[in-house]
Amino acid sequence: MASTSPAETLRSLPAATAAGSQLVRRFLLPPAALLGVVILWQAVITIFSVPPYIIPTPASVARTLVVQRGMLWINAVPTILESLGGFLLGNVVAIAVAVSFVHNKTLERTFYPLAVAIRTVPIVAISPILVLLLGNGYAPKIAIAALITFFPTLVNMVQGLQSADAQALELMHVMSASKSETFRYVRWPSSLPYLFAALRVASTSSVLGAIVAEWIGSNKGLGYLIVLTTFDFRTALLYAAMVVASAIALAFFLLISIMEWAVVRWER
Amino acid sequence: MVFPTPGGPLQALQDVTLRIRRGEFVSLIGPSGCGKSTLLRLIADVLHPEGGTIEVRNAPPSRARLAREFGFVFQQPGLLVWRDALANVSLPLEVGGWGRRHTPPHRPEELLELVGLRGFERAYPRQLSGGMQQRVAIARALVTGPPILLMDEPFGALDEITRDHLNQELLRIWRATGTTILFVTHSIPEAVFLSGRVLVFSPRPGRIVDEIVVDLPYPRQQSIKDTPEFLRHTAAVRRALAGRG
Repeated sequence: MASTSPAETLRSLPAATAAGSQLVRRFLLPPAALLGVVILWQAVITIFSVPPYIIPTPASVARTLVVQRGMLWINAVPTILESLGGFLLGNVVAIAVAVSFVHNKTLERTFYPLAVAIRTVPIVAISPILVLLLGNGYAPKIAIAALITFFPTLVNMVQGLQSADAQALELMHVMSASKSETFRYVRWPSSLPYLFAALRVASTSSVLGAIVAEWIGSNKGLGYLIVLTTFDFRTALLYAAMVVASAIALAFFLLISIMEWAVVRWER
Repeated sequence: MVFPTPGGPLQALQDVTLRIRRGEFVSLIGPSGCGKSTLLRLIADVLHPEGGTIEVRNAPPSRARLAREFGFVFQQPGLLVWRDALANVSLPLEVGGWGRRHTPPHRPEELLELVGLRGFERAYPRQLSGGMQQRVAIARALVTGPPILLMDEPFGALDEITRDHLNQELLRIWRATGTTILFVTHSIPEAVFLSGRVLVFSPRPGRIVDEIVVDLPYPRQQSIKDTPEFLRHTAAVRRALAGRG
């Protein structure tokens, strides 16, 4: 059963070159696509003679990123802290709620619809309310970033905890396992692929939540910078702020992906 | 045994009386939904009877369950996909700290060898074929050396070649460990090949309609299936299933 058949050995030869082309596809195509977008961007400006206060040139945005790096960094720090804080808070609460739902059906039936209802209120509508409630500091921004990450994680986590193999659960019963053992040995590991799928979504949406929260009642952060530069027609700086914001979101996303790769080993 | 269902109570089993001796290999055979699996779960104390009594080693099934006297093999392997083969086999030793309080009769490595999976200790379930996964499940069920092994169509999802092979292996394991085996199956040749006794169930509500004693000597080889004695037994089971016992 363990021996390799001749057919398999033959197939592994072209497989080596296939792996090479897969590397090219994986690590060269995305930057190539980015370059394509930048070229298109420049082409649109040139062909339609768009004035720089409507769309800045890629070169001027790049220059602004370098020249204004101090200003961008000062505003990036609060956004990073808020999204990170919101990410942690929202996900920890979501996981805790999901665990309590799985262990208590009544709790789930009572509060799950409420969680869905909260989700349907637009985040931009909640944000001024939270600023009124929590003031101008970090608190309302963290709260909004947490709120935006809470729901996807809750839904996925509930599903993940319930995805546990029925026969594995029955086996735990036959072995007279305690509830906490069943959770630790079966339910929790079963939920991890679902959890990470949610965390990947949450990693980028928490940055979005922090930025939207900074639009109101704020005097620092990338969201504040975006609103300010829009009104001042400093479009190069506006674009630079957007680039920094997506770089932060991308960094969070990569971080979560690396964690997933390290934790969910059995799926690869 | 009566189950509440959306369509009203459902009687799964009726007037089932059976007695299984220590070290016996007994098969339960019957049409789908006759309550064979239910009976296995009643014995394992996963389900509780509406009426009647079940005794496992002169006590309620819950005592045997709490004492970890059951090994259970399901139709699907039910392995934990994040654990490799060896860690799956070791699971029953970890649950309830069993391995710390008792000396396991076999090391998990030995059991993997017993089921023919030497060299696959570090393989994850998705890297194993269905038959190999089921062997891991069997090794897992045996790791605490349970006196009773309950098997619910363990080879039902496998192809016939793999099934024949694992049947042979199971008999070898049974003779090596001396455990009592209660085996649910849909396959007449499988039941006759493995068992000392075959209990034939009627359709729902399940009742035992016949008991066929298979007096073929162990150890049994696959070639026994071509002998007239074997065919006489399969014919007897088939007649009983058709209600002409």
